[in-house]
Amino acid sequence: MAGETRKKARKPAKPATDGEAEGNGVSAASRNGHSGAAAEDGAASGADESFIYYAPGAYTHEELGFSGDQVRAMYRNMLLQRRFEERAAQMYGKQKIGGFLHLYIGQEAVSTGSAYAMEIGKDSVITAYRDHGLGLALGMTPNECMAELFGKVGGSSRGKGGSMHYFKKELNFYGGHGIVGGHIAVGAGIAFAHKYKGDGGVCLTYFGDGAVGQGSFHETMNLAALYETPCVFVIENNEYAMGTATDRAFAQTDFYRYAHSYGMASSLASGMDIFSVYKAMSDHIALARNNRPSILEVRTYRYRGHSMSDPANYRTKEELDAMKEEDPIIRLKGYMLERELASNEELDAVDDEVKQEVMDSVTFSEESDAPPIREIYEHVYSQTDYPFLTD
Amino acid sequence: MAALQLREAIRAAMVEEMERDAGVFLIGEEVAEYNGAYKVSEGMLDRFGADRVLDTPISESGFAGLGVGAAMAGLRPIVEFMTFNFSFVAFDQLINNAAKIRYMSGGQFSMPIVFRGPNGAAGQLAATHNTAVESLYSYFPGLKVVAPSNPDDAKGLLKSAIRDDDPVIFLESESMYGLKGDVSDAEDYLIPLGKARIAREGADVTIVAHQKSYWRAMEAADGLAEAGYDAEVIDPRTIRPLDIETIAASVKKTNRLVVVDESNPFASFSSEVACQIQERVFDWLDAPVMRVTAKDVPAPYAKNLIEYYMPRTEEIVAAAKKVLYAN
Repeated sequence: MAGETRKKARKPAKPATDGEAEGNGVSAASRNGHSGAAAEDGAASGADESFIYYAPGAYTHEELGFSGDQVRAMYRNMLLQRRFEERAAQMYGKQKIGGFLHLYIGQEAVSTGSAYAMEIGKDSVITAYRDHGLGLALGMTPNECMAELFGKVGGSSRGKGGSMHYFKKELNFYGGHGIVGGHIAVGAGIAFAHKYKGDGGVCLTYFGDGAVGQGSFHETMNLAALYETPCVFVIENNEYAMGTATDRAFAQTDFYRYAHSYGMASSLASGMDIFSVYKAMSDHIALARNNRPSILEVRTYRYRGHSMSDPANYRTKEELDAMKEEDPIIRLKGYMLERELASNEELDAVDDEVKQEVMDSVTFSEESDAPPIREIYEHVYSQTDYPFLTD
Repeated sequence: MAALQLREAIRAAMVEEMERDAGVFLIGEEVAEYNGAYKVSEGMLDRFGADRVLDTPISESGFAGLGVGAAMAGLRPIVEFMTFNFSFVAFDQLINNAAKIRYMSGGQFSMPIVFRGPNGAAGQLAATHNTAVESLYSYFPGLKVVAPSNPDDAKGLLKSAIRDDDPVIFLESESMYGLKGDVSDAEDYLIPLGKARIAREGADVTIVAHQKSYWRAMEAADGLAEAGYDAEVIDPRTIRPLDIETIAASVKKTNRLVVVDESNPFASFSSEVACQIQERVFDWLDAPVMRVTAKDVPAPYAKNLIEYYMPRTEEIVAAAKKVLYAN
């Protein structure tokens, strides 16, 4: 009977202890603490929860197979995001940009590390509203990104999406989503489509620590695990959901642990070291290629407030200064200088180049037209003769 | 023509479209091994296999969102809600994602997805299980809303909905799944969205009614005929986009309009039709537009109360007589 065949075809129930750490193909890396709590957990639960900690400083570029040129390109990629965001903040102050503006400053190792670990164009990416960094890391141009912030027709969404809603179909960049947690299920659907079509792609779904409180997160973890979708769920834990520190919002602040409830592999990575992010992401993508969804928690930090209206009074200057010492761009710069992959002068030249590229994007955005009024009725439906109620 | 139940016509539309396009799949609670809570998808798992007919956990937000992602990535999901009352748990996915992503992406991503399932009241189920959602979902630009009243329309409209590149809310009815009617056996039977059907021609008063209300309106037209009044009944079939032209043309002929809708009355489909008609053909109206709707309360449980709550044939007759100034 067909019914019996189906039942047999179901995946066997996974025991809680199935030696995931080995199955990962991940060597037991250093579990020394980025976070004390996490380090203890890693030691305690590594064997039965597939938990591994990708510590800062644990990997060199040679070990990961990167050339000096590639490391310099990574540096440029991160710096472009940083300079773009700094300029965007300035333009916001000059009221060239409206609405909300959420900056990615401090989190650039996550986006760039991911971009190097995935196959851009084959794999897919979806994220929340703090989306400028990922967009640029994947290859969106500063011009289309800045023009979107300016609300100009030269923007990636022709000025209809704004800061929170970057999309780029050619890059399989699925947004840019404004409702916390709402896009997590969408990410599982994109992964589902990769598997359905058998195209070998995976979907990287990014969201912040705050989204873990949403029902959508938990429903999606269950569905993704149940359907074995090729998805990596990346929790960018920057320790604050707007102004609420994680320990004021969550009974369990080690977010990688949620994976255990859904029978998924998970790990924790430092978001301040691009090599740690890259290695972690590569390992998780490898799992996804075998239709094993997983959770990767990346501990990172945003320097700025939640949005431009947030002075971030909920944290101390000392805390901020301490985290800035771990800055992912300064860290990589130091690494390159120490290993003589680049000189100070060369890196300064990269900075000048990137700054100019960003300034050019401001000029482009200033010169780009505002969307014509008639476009307000375009892109609502694919149907071209939709009978809108017009005045 | 073959006589099919509404559920069979809906199934036939899904089966044909799944045969035609490998990107079409069905997902929802109990759609596969249980053969559908209302047997709409009976036999589809055996026919198409578990990769294309997927049971879900009770997780509307999750599987509606999964459908949205799959649609963005080029598949054509049919997402079944066991009832549209449960779609409220997935509201964010329908409203913020399905309806708006095309716009927010400047047209980069299409959203070829159908959300379907029973709508409105189905007897003594009380307030949480008796909501008519057409007024609610048709509020949102970006969505299309279809609400057929018979098997033939259901088949032709659902096939069009599945092929549509925009998100379609396709509304069915528990109490109508067993309704039999002749269904065209044309090879590829498509009814375009946004076209009303003049179900009964008449000269004296226009009655607009869809889905269950359509059958009450037809009964009322019979009653009015006995009293010597010739009612024209229009089934809009699609709520958004609305074929207001057909309704307006009818009102120009009859000069009188009654709108029947099992939505609650405030800010609803019936208020929308009334408003648009007075904007367009005020000078042709010989009486105020009347509405017959569900009462302005949550749906009650008690048999006598739920019967009173729903639009009733005698209310439609009374409303028509009122606009006809007849006693």
